[in-house]
Amino acid sequence: MVKLTIDGQEVEAEGGMTVMQACEQVGIEIPRFCYHERLSIAGNCRMCLVSMERAPKPVASCAMPVAEGMVIQTDTPEVQKMRKGVMEFLLINHPLDCPICDQGGECDLQDQAMGYGSDKSRFSENKRAVKDKYMGPLISTTMTRCIHCTRCIRFASEVAGVPELGATGRGENMEVGTYVEHALTSELSGNMIDLCPVGALTSGPYAFNARPWELKKTESIDVTDALGSNIRIDGRGPEVKRILPRLNEDINEEWISDKARFSCDGLRAQRLDKPFVRRDGKLVAASWPEAFTAVSDALKPLKGKQIAAIAGDLADCESITALRDLMASLGSENLDCRQDGAKLDPKSRASYLFNSTISGIDRADAILLIGTNPRREAPVLNARIRKRYVAGGVTIASIGEPVDMTYPVDNLGNTALLLADIAAGKNDFAAVLKNAQRPMLIIGQGALSRADGGAILHLARKIADQSGCVDAAQNWNGFNILHTAAARVGALDLGFVPGPSGRDTAGILEAALAGDIKAVYLLGADEIDTSKLDKAFVIYQGHHGDAGAHCADVILPGAAYTEKSGTYVNTEGRVQIARLAVFPPGDAREDWTILRALSEAMGKTLPYDNLQQIRGRMVDLNGNFLNVDEIQSAKWTGFGQAGDLEDSAFISPINNFYMTNSISRASVTMAKCADEFLGVTEQKTGTDG
Amino acid sequence: MSGQVETFEQPAHFSFSSDSMKAVDAVIAKYPAGWQASAVMPLLDIAQRQHDGWLPRVAMDYVAEMLGMPRIRVYEVATFYTMYNLKPIGRFHVQVCTNLPCWLRGSDDIVASCRRKLGVEMGETTDDGLFTLSEAECLGACVNAPMMQINDDFYEDLDAGSTESVLTELTIGGTPKTGSQIGRYTCEPASGLTSLEHQADARAVKLGDA
Repeated sequence: MVKLTIDGQEVEAEGGMTVMQACEQVGIEIPRFCYHERLSIAGNCRMCLVSMERAPKPVASCAMPVAEGMVIQTDTPEVQKMRKGVMEFLLINHPLDCPICDQGGECDLQDQAMGYGSDKSRFSENKRAVKDKYMGPLISTTMTRCIHCTRCIRFASEVAGVPELGATGRGENMEVGTYVEHALTSELSGNMIDLCPVGALTSGPYAFNARPWELKKTESIDVTDALGSNIRIDGRGPEVKRILPRLNEDINEEWISDKARFSCDGLRAQRLDKPFVRRDGKLVAASWPEAFTAVSDALKPLKGKQIAAIAGDLADCESITALRDLMASLGSENLDCRQDGAKLDPKSRASYLFNSTISGIDRADAILLIGTNPRREAPVLNARIRKRYVAGGVTIASIGEPVDMTYPVDNLGNTALLLADIAAGKNDFAAVLKNAQRPMLIIGQGALSRADGGAILHLARKIADQSGCVDAAQNWNGFNILHTAAARVGALDLGFVPGPSGRDTAGILEAALAGDIKAVYLLGADEIDTSKLDKAFVIYQGHHGDAGAHCADVILPGAAYTEKSGTYVNTEGRVQIARLAVFPPGDAREDWTILRALSEAMGKTLPYDNLQQIRGRMVDLNGNFLNVDEIQSAKWTGFGQAGDLEDSAFISPINNFYMTNSISRASVTMAKCADEFLGVTEQKTGTDG
Repeated sequence: MSGQVETFEQPAHFSFSSDSMKAVDAVIAKYPAGWQASAVMPLLDIAQRQHDGWLPRVAMDYVAEMLGMPRIRVYEVATFYTMYNLKPIGRFHVQVCTNLPCWLRGSDDIVASCRRKLGVEMGETTDDGLFTLSEAECLGACVNAPMMQINDDFYEDLDAGSTESVLTELTIGGTPKTGSQIGRYTCEPASGLTSLEHQADARAVKLGDA
């Protein structure tokens, strides 16, 4: 600990801290542009100048380490004057276009100019003008506004791991950009918009849409991947205008993926806003009672085993609970939440969780990625692994496709047989895992949704046991499943899986094709082979006119994640609640209330009338739902079944990162990204104009 | 600058010749393993010398690849320093110093003389591709101001006439005398030695040895 004096106040700070951090400890805020706590220190904006006793000139507090006996002044007339001087220089080349700038109202430069700016300019020469750069369909640039803080450059090379941005030229001719024009190839590029302290990088899709002060801000949870990143939904009237990240050190720090941020325009397109019933082969609009009657008429004559239900990837736990109970009251055991057929073992919670937790990655010292490409499946988690790599002292290897993950990965090969080798100690990496203090396995859905998924899970468990991945003394469990669906863990926790004599997703589809199952209830399930449902009576409850709705006989319009209060459990097993930001369009309703109303129409009324009661029911089903925002670590019990491995390559379940669910498939922005980065042209689903 | 539209063609390929490669290996060997990126500036210089005095983008990419650096880091270096030419340049790069000492000693005349003789403005290249005229900041030869640098050589103590004769000499393929054009020895006083006169004869030997 070091003692120093800041503004006459004795302050104790840890050695290695900067003067700025020490000031923040005692609540003194220092203005800054280039400094950002998650990026390296640049010290080039000079806004954070403070005066230090016995120093010949002012010091940049962001770059000056604390030392014993330092005397710092942050609020003398001299310091004020220095900051005013810096501000005047910054404003020399900054255009006065705040009224037409999207950053207006949330601009660091604007805010700090209120404190340190002059009321008039002494600069009579021409301001410099910089040509705008193309940075892809997501980021809109006005480079004349750039103040050269280099935050975006540092973010690209340090956090995102794509060193494509730089400052070219010198002096007045310095420009931030890619030099050779191209779109930034990062799944996290949207975060640069948040980092930019001025209006140089702004959101392309949100351009000229709204001012920050007219938006209603709702704190919520992202569902585009299974991380449950914390987000803030900014809405105005009936529309979600934009989505921003919210700070959560344990999950997403302060980043979100481009899909989480930009797929929200899909919430406005292809929406199901009224119930539909198929009459004479055509879907026609109907009222709620008509739709319920149609469902009721179709289901009543059927036996329980002739009915099935599949929950999709975006379903909230409330509606999953209601559907589970409704199916139970109809006597059906044919339920499944694993659309992709992943061989997860619902009986052992540890077998389907990211047990080490996401922040546990920071402690791991050997990581084996099995059949997963986290860059596509969970970009924010990938950035966390990269952060771990940058910190040093970790070995990362993968069994799967040899792809660029933004950090060096030792690709051991791409066949499931390698797992057997490691388990038998025949592969060199077995020793690496064994010698590691805190080894970690990350198993992707690409490994588990294969026919031999159960055997792979079993082998992974064996490797985990052999290499000490589970160490109760250290409170460490490095056995991790990385999910891709936001609904998956919640549905498994609630037991939305086949009963003892029930069928799983593949079984349901086969039985529907064979005519053994006559009615299928799809709760937002679009990522299945709907062609097998031709013979069955299909009830689709969801919010988008996607694959599921096309094959439906009755469509019940539900709410998207921004339009309901819904519980989601992330891949770590953390229970989080998404909140209503805007109301569902037209006749659409919150999903669990639809099921509740349907149950009443069928004469099997479910015993809950409000959110509290249904959440009580969730707690009855699984006590974990009592602890919102917390993680209950799972017991390490036996799971998986030994079996034969197939000698085939792991394939990541996501090949088009930008379009993985019904919302992002309806998003124009995501289609543009897919086109730009993957060369996938927009796929029309038929209902768009 | 990246903002400007390029009016010239970038070559499609670049690789070091075997002569360049020897120089490259010698430079890279100066740095410890893992720190090869330190060699970026000399490598860019070698590439520029090999490629008619300018650096095409493929050469920067090639150097980036060779040193294991992201391309943008090389672009940053190449665009920062004025001694890297990012567009095609004449065989003789005439850089006239116009900083204060040279200006006080008449650099305006030198610039005018160059413009008259070459028929081009600052930053332009003659039609025959022989000369590119540009303005340079202080080149560190103030004591013999005014001066200009052509490729690797300094021409000092210029006036309009001597500037023109240097350029003429180059045009006809000759090798003009470098250094002071008024015959003074390096930067000795222009009016002759005022001290150590007795050692005047020894100076050539001593400096020649150095």
